[in-house]
Amino acid sequence: MTAKITEETKHYPADLFELASQADIVSDIVHRPEQSFWQDAWRGLRKNKAAIVGLCIIIFVILLAVFGPFMNNHGYDEQNITRTNLPPKVPVLEHLPFLGLNGVDGRGVDQYEKKGITEYFWFGTDELGRDLWTRIWQGTRISLYIAFLAATIDLIIGVAYGAISAFYGGRTDNVMQRVIEVLVGITGLIVNILLILILKPGIISITLAMVIVGWISMARIVRAQILKLKSYEYVLASRTLGASNQRLIWKHLIPNTLGPIIVATTFTIPGAIFTEALLSFIGLGLQPPTASLGTIVNDSYKLLRIYPHGMIVSSIIISLIMISFNLLGDGLRDAFDPKVRK
Amino acid sequence: MKTILEVKNLSVSFNTYSGEVQAVRNVSFDLYEGETLAIVGESGSGKSVTSKSLLRLNPRETTMIKNGQIFYHHKNILDYSEQQMRGLRGAEISMIFQDPMTALNPTMTIGSQIAESIKKHTSLRGMQIIERVIELLQLVGIKEADKRYKQYPHQFSGGMRQRIVIAMALACEPRIIIADEPTTALDVSIQAQILELLKNIQKKMNLSIIFITHDLGVVAKMADRVAVMYAGKIVEIGLVDEIFYHCQHPYTQGLLAAMPNPDIDSESLYAIPGTPPNLLQPPVGDAFAARNKQALKIDFLEEPPMFKISDTHYAATWLLHKQAPPLLPVHQQLAQEKQKEREEKPLFDTNNPFLSLKEVKQYFKLGKNTINKAIDGITFDIYKGEIFGLVGESGCGKSTTGRSIIGLNTITDGTIQIDGQSIYDAQTKQEKLAFHRKVQMIFQDPYSSLNPRMKIADIIGEGLAIHGVPKSEWKTNIYELLDIVGLTKEYANRYPHELSGGQRQRIGIARALAVEPELIIADEPISALDVSIQAQIVNLLKKLQKERGLTYLFIAHDLSMVKYISNRIGVMHRGKIVELAESQELYDHPIHPYTKSLLSAIPLPDPKLERERQRIIFDEVKYNANDRANEKFIEVRPGHFVMLTEDELMQYHQTSAKGILL
Repeated sequence: MTAKITEETKHYPADLFELASQADIVSDIVHRPEQSFWQDAWRGLRKNKAAIVGLCIIIFVILLAVFGPFMNNHGYDEQNITRTNLPPKVPVLEHLPFLGLNGVDGRGVDQYEKKGITEYFWFGTDELGRDLWTRIWQGTRISLYIAFLAATIDLIIGVAYGAISAFYGGRTDNVMQRVIEVLVGITGLIVNILLILILKPGIISITLAMVIVGWISMARIVRAQILKLKSYEYVLASRTLGASNQRLIWKHLIPNTLGPIIVATTFTIPGAIFTEALLSFIGLGLQPPTASLGTIVNDSYKLLRIYPHGMIVSSIIISLIMISFNLLGDGLRDAFDPKVRK
Repeated sequence: MKTILEVKNLSVSFNTYSGEVQAVRNVSFDLYEGETLAIVGESGSGKSVTSKSLLRLNPRETTMIKNGQIFYHHKNILDYSEQQMRGLRGAEISMIFQDPMTALNPTMTIGSQIAESIKKHTSLRGMQIIERVIELLQLVGIKEADKRYKQYPHQFSGGMRQRIVIAMALACEPRIIIADEPTTALDVSIQAQILELLKNIQKKMNLSIIFITHDLGVVAKMADRVAVMYAGKIVEIGLVDEIFYHCQHPYTQGLLAAMPNPDIDSESLYAIPGTPPNLLQPPVGDAFAARNKQALKIDFLEEPPMFKISDTHYAATWLLHKQAPPLLPVHQQLAQEKQKEREEKPLFDTNNPFLSLKEVKQYFKLGKNTINKAIDGITFDIYKGEIFGLVGESGCGKSTTGRSIIGLNTITDGTIQIDGQSIYDAQTKQEKLAFHRKVQMIFQDPYSSLNPRMKIADIIGEGLAIHGVPKSEWKTNIYELLDIVGLTKEYANRYPHELSGGQRQRIGIARALAVEPELIIADEPISALDVSIQAQIVNLLKKLQKERGLTYLFIAHDLSMVKYISNRIGVMHRGKIVELAESQELYDHPIHPYTKSLLSAIPLPDPKLERERQRIIFDEVKYNANDRANEKFIEVRPGHFVMLTEDELMQYHQTSAKGILL
């Protein structure tokens, strides 16, 4: 205890012992510009580098998917037996041999020279001599279209179903959950296959097949969240203010479920691309000559050991799309959550 | 006295996302054998971190012990290896945690949980362990211990579980027990039992207890010595009488003044302004200076050293320096003011109650055949402009009553009338909105009662939006409301998580006021707040009541605060109101045995009184043995109603006739 007593006898200037005026007391008020929720969210997203990279890649891929097929004058279904299985060859980059973009195949033969072709095929060609650049971007376009369509429908049905089920509770919830359980009970792939057998393969039938079971996980996530949230005191407070059910759901419950919803959606999009690829792979997807990322993988894996370029390029694009959606989803979730945002 | 533990210049920091939080700053204290040292402080003052450091229980990845030594039996335990620490934990120093609901593993029998540390630290084996477990359970007052040790935690009530936690802590006969808010999660009467148990065990085993709490009443009951912590520092330490009757630090004085004393009738509570500092950047000088109305200039420049007042009493404030001007301590100033401020008793229009409940019943169906009778026939009126307190232990139906009145639950039976109209009369949208304009609610938990994704402006503005106030008027309305609850308009643009508990509760009040209600149901509005903040909120509620002529239903379990704020109090027990009277009357002449036991269980911030006081125990079995079916709500004195059976009434009349006031 003795160590604690120190400067007791030290002398200080007398004016230090006057009462401090109120001005000495500094307040902790921080001024901040007035911004709406969306502006705040955008500000938060901009600070997240990974999310911005993801967003840029997605925009870049979408742009290419829209304009890529028009960048040369080959059609996606234009076959030419004289130029089958050409490796990629890109002007300028062809002079950097380690990139492998000089038209030389795995055995060291320059296929362009051998077949006497002077054109450049940036991604090479497939076994029927179709230009892969055109096909891949055409395929990306269709894959993204299916994915967005499926994700949007999943989102709408899933959120609405989950929210209604949890919010009204009781018998409504009971019936709605039993319906879900029946749907879950049947394996998704079997539903897909059966549906496609009836509807004939095509973009709409594939989307429908994916949606029919896809929304269930979203509905369950939303239901679990809302069940938890609806007994929170801020929801009760809003009810005591006389808020309508609509207001409760849209202003309080859904915004606080956004985190899991966004995460689930960002998993749905790559998932849908993947399912479409899988269906095409087993021959139930899009029929030739229509291209999708899945059909391209399906076509080119057979030649994987000799002409790997088709497989490599399409897999890279699938991976890029998946990674960037995940990055963006992560960033969006944080951006919509004021607690994480700085 | 022998020193058993010695803490020297301990500083602990946490690495967080936003920087280094200096949770404990240069703390020193000794612990003597057989004593209880209470560490008092608000949330974030570093009291829990200090105590956890003694066992090195803070998360290892983020914690940095910056400085200091902790000597246990003259060995610095900060130098111990993790293995040596394990030998110490449980065997020499053990801990009792706050929440008995989460401190026990639900998948293990309580017997095997207690046996765990016995197996680890002693040579007892087999039957010996079981015998020891039963002995421990008997020690902490669990009946039929030889049968119950095989049961699982869910088969015990909250108070019983805390006893089991204590038994676990005692299993290896430790020398020191660290009790981290062991009674905060419990009801007052259970709290009193646990405190008495701890005291008895301490005497039997000559234990040293470090008792961490924010409740000064509990301190007065338990402690031999008290250390007051603020912003990671000990600002004052001394014997319990020295702290309660001769405190020197303005923070301690403020804390004591902020407690309502049921024996003194006063108009406003003393409240420490502001909120505790952020320990990411601890303030220069005296950390309390910014909240101290009598701060000296030197308080903002230099940190005060520990001044010695007596051999046992030290305080860190410049007021003790020989050059300091003589100032009258806050609590004494207050005592002078209090004498002046007594007011006339307000008069209410008792013929036309604003809120009237008649035989209200609220049953919840739990399963096919089980019904929870949350409210079982209660009748009471609240007059316009009155503050009506509703007290009771958790699960007695007091919160349900509030929620039924505002229409969050539909009642099973009975009538609720507001302003002469049944609350179920409102059918159209307009009528329902009109009802919600009349009645508003303030919620208990300031953390879950504000939507984390909405800005403060939107939260307050919600009522305006629902009730169709034109958008152009929102801004001025919101700024005005913020001003009323004592916040600046800069807060409008913030999110709830950026605010402290007290500030959030102010927002909750502003939200309720936005629709200009006449009746406010306050459901435990202060129980989640720190002592110094509680007084701020209570004063605000009282001020608003006066200025706007509001009527309150004030629901709480803290009888002393309810007594302070309310005009009349209803005591609830098992879904029934068992006693109802004016607050002073109820406090002076409680009649129902439950009320008596409740009143005697409140720990008072007065150690001398606490030592003399005898607790009255409510004997539930004996109470239920009387013919409860025939009980009636009888007016025994003017305005004083009690739920009594005829026998009990006779008894009461006999004793009061003899001139014995109960």
